[in-house]
Amino acid sequence: MAFLSIERITKTFGTLTTVKGVDLAVERGEFVTLLGPSGCGKTTILRMIAGFETPTSGTIRIDGKDVTGLKPHQRNIGMVFQAYALFPNMTVADNIAFGLKVAHKSASEIASRVKEMLDLIKLPQVADRYPYQLSGGQQQRVALARALAIKPQILLLDEPLSALDAKIRVSLRDEIRAVQRQLGITTIFVTHDQEEALSMSDRICVMSEGNIEQLGTPFEIYNYPKTRFVASFIGTLNILNGKVSDSAEGRILVDGQEIVTSRGLKGAGTGDALAVALRPEALSIGRANGSSNNLEGTIDEVHFLGSVVRIRVRFKDSAVSLDTFNRPNAAPPERGQPITVNFGREDILVLDGVAN
Amino acid sequence: MKSTRFFPWFGFIFGAVYFLVPLIATFEFSLRMQRGIYSFKAYQVVLADPNFQASFSYSAIIAVLTIIVGIALVVPTAYLVQLKLPRLRPVVEFMTLLPLVVPAIVIVFGYLRMYNSSSWLPMTGSARSTDLLLIFAYVTLSLPYMYRSVDTALRTIDIRTLTEAAQSLGSSWPRILIQVILPNIRVGVLSGAFLTFAIVIGEFTMASLLNRPAFGPYMQLIGANRAYEPAALAVIAFAITWACMGLIQIVASFAPGQKR
Repeated sequence: MAFLSIERITKTFGTLTTVKGVDLAVERGEFVTLLGPSGCGKTTILRMIAGFETPTSGTIRIDGKDVTGLKPHQRNIGMVFQAYALFPNMTVADNIAFGLKVAHKSASEIASRVKEMLDLIKLPQVADRYPYQLSGGQQQRVALARALAIKPQILLLDEPLSALDAKIRVSLRDEIRAVQRQLGITTIFVTHDQEEALSMSDRICVMSEGNIEQLGTPFEIYNYPKTRFVASFIGTLNILNGKVSDSAEGRILVDGQEIVTSRGLKGAGTGDALAVALRPEALSIGRANGSSNNLEGTIDEVHFLGSVVRIRVRFKDSAVSLDTFNRPNAAPPERGQPITVNFGREDILVLDGVAN
Repeated sequence: MKSTRFFPWFGFIFGAVYFLVPLIATFEFSLRMQRGIYSFKAYQVVLADPNFQASFSYSAIIAVLTIIVGIALVVPTAYLVQLKLPRLRPVVEFMTLLPLVVPAIVIVFGYLRMYNSSSWLPMTGSARSTDLLLIFAYVTLSLPYMYRSVDTALRTIDIRTLTEAAQSLGSSWPRILIQVILPNIRVGVLSGAFLTFAIVIGEFTMASLLNRPAFGPYMQLIGANRAYEPAALAVIAFAITWACMGLIQIVASFAPGQKR
């Protein structure tokens, strides 16, 4: 049985249903990310796990125990907030000790746990400082230490990196993941940043409009998106509308040119409209021999981005973008120039549903 | 450029003159009790008067009790309104403003009608219960100042997130209120407390009509029968109010966890 089990959970605010019968099972020690755009219900699920919101229907179990009706302070859950939420009137040490004092731990135990936590976040020197005397990154690390000090069953992270600048964000996400691995604590992380989700998670739960669109490892989510939403939300993606010309052999007609997929066209009949997706990194310039696909078009836009040159190639009605490395001894291609783009048969992602 | 500086300075000087000249005149008059020389004789007489000490002590005690009851009433109310019942905010704000609209004399006549010695709750039946009634009356009177001070302070902190953070660490509601919320709105609470103190110390109508030996009725009595002592009392009352304001500033600058 899963350590954290969310069963058919629904949350309605007035007439708006933000979470629609979601099921999710998280194993002990796993790092699962709820990823999706604003309003998709990811934070509501997190708040229901924490006990700040009560589900309209459904059950939440932690280690087999039904906690759906328990108050937040009865759940033994650590939470880190986007806005840090450190108590401004307390020093760093007092902030970390707060949960331990609530639990009536002895003074010596509190002192040693606070020291242990400060060492864990690599900030032993800030014990006597107030939150306003710390940087954003330091404050968030202290918030993490405070949440972990009480040895929670589950750690909930509500967009903890969103308020930080880009450089700190990257270093802190590595630190959070390292701490999580070190302690082996079951963690639910909420973010709308796909890069954070891909780099940190054991599994990602992509959400849209209160539903889970896809649940899988970062590799599966990125390489095998099951829906058009997941495909477009994760990474940059070129979506082409086509028509099945031979379903048995996986042949698809795109703007009058035929491409072949090795992944098959389950459930699609000849003549059906569908959408296929191609990652920019799967595309190369030039004609490829053998079994690869080739599409001929014209260069529509060229954007020089320093180390990378982004080229948009237009076919008849559709277009794709691809990146090439900048080479100082070769001028970038020019607009209007005819070009052939090639990609492998296995690089074509056939999306659920017919093309729009 | 010069004209933009002239008008603010003119306004400031005009305002200062408007407020300071009567005060200086009162102070100057209070020093003329002894013919031909300036002295603090009026102050000596006032401060040595046992009725001054008794009435001032009485009002100070009533003010402290009013502050305690006011904080106990207002802090949880303002906190819950912000956190759980934001829709009730206009209603609560309207209610807290009523003491500014309804004159104190109307309120106290209402009390006398409701709580007289032959009513179902005869709070004016004994001195102690009348003191209690006076405290409740002062809590009502100071509500606009206390509520606004606390409410403004609550708005400067993210009470929802702080509350949730404390809850997730296992804290109960009373502990959250006392250890997390109250220290972070200390400046606002103390502002409300000092304003309450200043109001209660000088209040006349309620204390007089409830027949309590407070500082306000004492000042009125002296004012009606003496010449120089009322001026000295007025200056003392101003000094107390200013001391309260000064304390607000000092306390604000020493609040823990704030930039200095």
